[in-house]
Amino acid sequence: MATRLQFENSCEVGVFSKLTNAYCLVAIGGSENFYSAFESELADVIPVVKTSISGTRIIGRLCAGNKNGLLVPHNTTDQELQHLRNSLPDQVVVQRIDEKLSALGNCIACNDHVALTHTDLDKETEEIITDVLGVEVFRQTIAGNILVGSYCAFSNRGGLVHPHTSVEDLDELSTLLQVPLVAGTINRGSEVIAAGMTVNDWTAFCGSDTTATELSVIESVFKLREAQPTAIVDEMRKSLIDSYV
Amino acid sequence: MGRLSIKEKLLKWGVATSAVCMLCEDEEESQVISSPNGFAILSSFPFPLLFILQIGGDKGAMASNMFVVPQTRGTVLCCKCGISMAPNPANMCVTCLRSEVDITEGLRKHVTIMHCPECDSYLQPPRTWIKAQLESKELLTFCVKRLETDLKKVRLVNAEFIWTEPHSKRLKVKLKVQKEVLNGAILEQSYVVEYVQQDHMCESCTRIQANPDQWVASVQLRQRVTHRRTFFYLEQLILKHDAAAHAIKIKQMDQGIDFFFANRSHAVKFVEFLGKVSPTKSRHDKQLVSHDPKNNSYNYKYTFSVEISPICREDLICLPPRVATSLGNLGPLVICTKVTNNIALLDPITLRQCFLDTEQYWRHSFKSLLGSRQLVEYDVFNIEVVSPEYNVGGSKYVIADAEVARVSDYGKLFYIRTHLGHILKPGDRALGYDLYGANSNDIELDKYKGLVLPEAILIKKSYEEKRQKKRGKPRPWKLKSLDMEVDESRGRANEQKMDSEYEEFLRDLEENPELRFNLSLYRNKDYQPSEMVSVSDGDDLPSVPLEELLADLELSEQEDGEDSMRE
Repeated sequence: MATRLQFENSCEVGVFSKLTNAYCLVAIGGSENFYSAFESELADVIPVVKTSISGTRIIGRLCAGNKNGLLVPHNTTDQELQHLRNSLPDQVVVQRIDEKLSALGNCIACNDHVALTHTDLDKETEEIITDVLGVEVFRQTIAGNILVGSYCAFSNRGGLVHPHTSVEDLDELSTLLQVPLVAGTINRGSEVIAAGMTVNDWTAFCGSDTTATELSVIESVFKLREAQPTAIVDEMRKSLIDSYV
Repeated sequence: MGRLSIKEKLLKWGVATSAVCMLCEDEEESQVISSPNGFAILSSFPFPLLFILQIGGDKGAMASNMFVVPQTRGTVLCCKCGISMAPNPANMCVTCLRSEVDITEGLRKHVTIMHCPECDSYLQPPRTWIKAQLESKELLTFCVKRLETDLKKVRLVNAEFIWTEPHSKRLKVKLKVQKEVLNGAILEQSYVVEYVQQDHMCESCTRIQANPDQWVASVQLRQRVTHRRTFFYLEQLILKHDAAAHAIKIKQMDQGIDFFFANRSHAVKFVEFLGKVSPTKSRHDKQLVSHDPKNNSYNYKYTFSVEISPICREDLICLPPRVATSLGNLGPLVICTKVTNNIALLDPITLRQCFLDTEQYWRHSFKSLLGSRQLVEYDVFNIEVVSPEYNVGGSKYVIADAEVARVSDYGKLFYIRTHLGHILKPGDRALGYDLYGANSNDIELDKYKGLVLPEAILIKKSYEEKRQKKRGKPRPWKLKSLDMEVDESRGRANEQKMDSEYEEFLRDLEENPELRFNLSLYRNKDYQPSEMVSVSDGDDLPSVPLEELLADLELSEQEDGEDSMRE
């Protein structure tokens, strides 16, 4: 189900949160409303962790991750790194990488199998991504923009890209990612998709400016209508329980 | 979900990943590299084959032999209403965008304009009145100009009138404007502006209404001579150049004409025109009419006094000694041949021609010795050509010795030298100045000690006899005249004198083509060529050739068949 919410009166939800199939990171806000919105949806399924990265609240744009791991930029403090290691499940590998382009959330868009990256990313970083996140990496552009992490958001079921993407591009990306893609907008015509929303396999959170049309597009492409968290998370839970015992 | 390796994908797309050596027919696996904008397949041949697939539509890599995938724009759903549309910077369909944003907000939709009903003009503040017809281009420009401040915020694309009743005092203009909204999308919208016309008389109409004879500037043109030839000629010149178009009144005075204007600049322009066509001296003055102490504005009446030099064509002049020496010892007796803003003087004995500037003339301001009134008729008995033909300033002269006698007194024969040897033949009549019989009271003449005056100086050939035959018959051409107010207090004698002078002026025009040069002559519709062929002896009376006549512009009826029948 797609939910509309706001972070301190801003509709750019994807900037202040990071949602994956195994965990959810949330920025520290003035009021607890943002956190409680996530909690009410996700509390008994996956851990919802309040954090900051390098002292900022724009965590959604600074880190990139999926169910296998989380990559944080080089300016993350040691305490934050430790906090993340403690709060996240054990099979999620938290790795700090030395990369010139430190807004990893803008440079890397990934789901559990494929990642699209900024064309100028280091070779080393690419290898680390492949290792830590367990994905296949493709350097791509979206509608001529190199910040792939900002202009598209995709999960294992579907994806939403920049509205100006041409039909050929859409086909090609779809083939690469192996998920259905659609070009659309978020937050009443904004083109910065990943900044306006955050999504995983069964739920999505969008800014409150999102119109009904946009919401219906999101729900249909990410297949959120029939999605039940239990079915997907079950396999993960098994592994969780295993590790405890 | 099976992940295909790049190679498998390429094979799926039908791109060859192995190649056959052209020389030894060996099959070779090629290396696949992924690059920022696509994939490159390098084969390790001695002659490397580089085949680059352009994917992603990057504008950067553009070599002419590259394969570029054609890009078609997809469709997105409008974020508000959900209809499918091409993506635009606002990502909303036009209707939704229009409902969101109104670019004509804050622009004036009602404007008041002032209109003068007398002269059908519109006020452009602060003071200009623009004459324009309803639904004309000028009116549209005026209406758009009134909205200038508004139109700085948006870009005007089109403007047109919407029809309104002519006497409804409303003008409607439809304007199409463009403005940038949201994030870069340009929206175009049209709206209607209504102009309410308020009637308000403009200042010039008010002034005319209040006092129709009110003038602001006057030009008093004078020439201190006894004849009006100059003024006839000037009248024609003024008509030709339309110099008195702005004059509100023209009045004929003794020895001159007065022109009245509503605007000082019109008067100045007229005075300058006069300065160009005749040797004039002018001075100006102003008189205070009213004074507004709060505004510090003053209303004046300006008067320009223009005097034309008394030297006319065909005058005999005795030059003062200083002028004669300054012109290179030009014989003290000269004939004036042409007067424009320069005076052309011809010495009949030596056939030297000199020009005097307006300025030069007024410095010395001499008068003529004898004028055209004093011309006397001579009969030519004998002509002996003395010199070859000279071309002096465009006209030909031949010096000849002539035996002449006054028509009134055949008793006395004179042997004189004349410059008219080219046209005079024995038996001709000529007009000239009788210096033998004249009693001149000229100061300049006295200054010359030991000057021998010729007994007569011939000026021109006389066609008087031939004119007798044609007396009373109308001419094939006519002249237009200025609308002048004539002072009725003059007596009958004056009128007769004026008529005969006018007749002489017309004859002058007939005889001198260079005089006609600057004027417009019109065809006389009343003229019928005579049936009888007049017996002519010798040379014909000089007349105006047909080609020089202009057809008078008639807007009412067509001229019927006159063009064919002509002399």
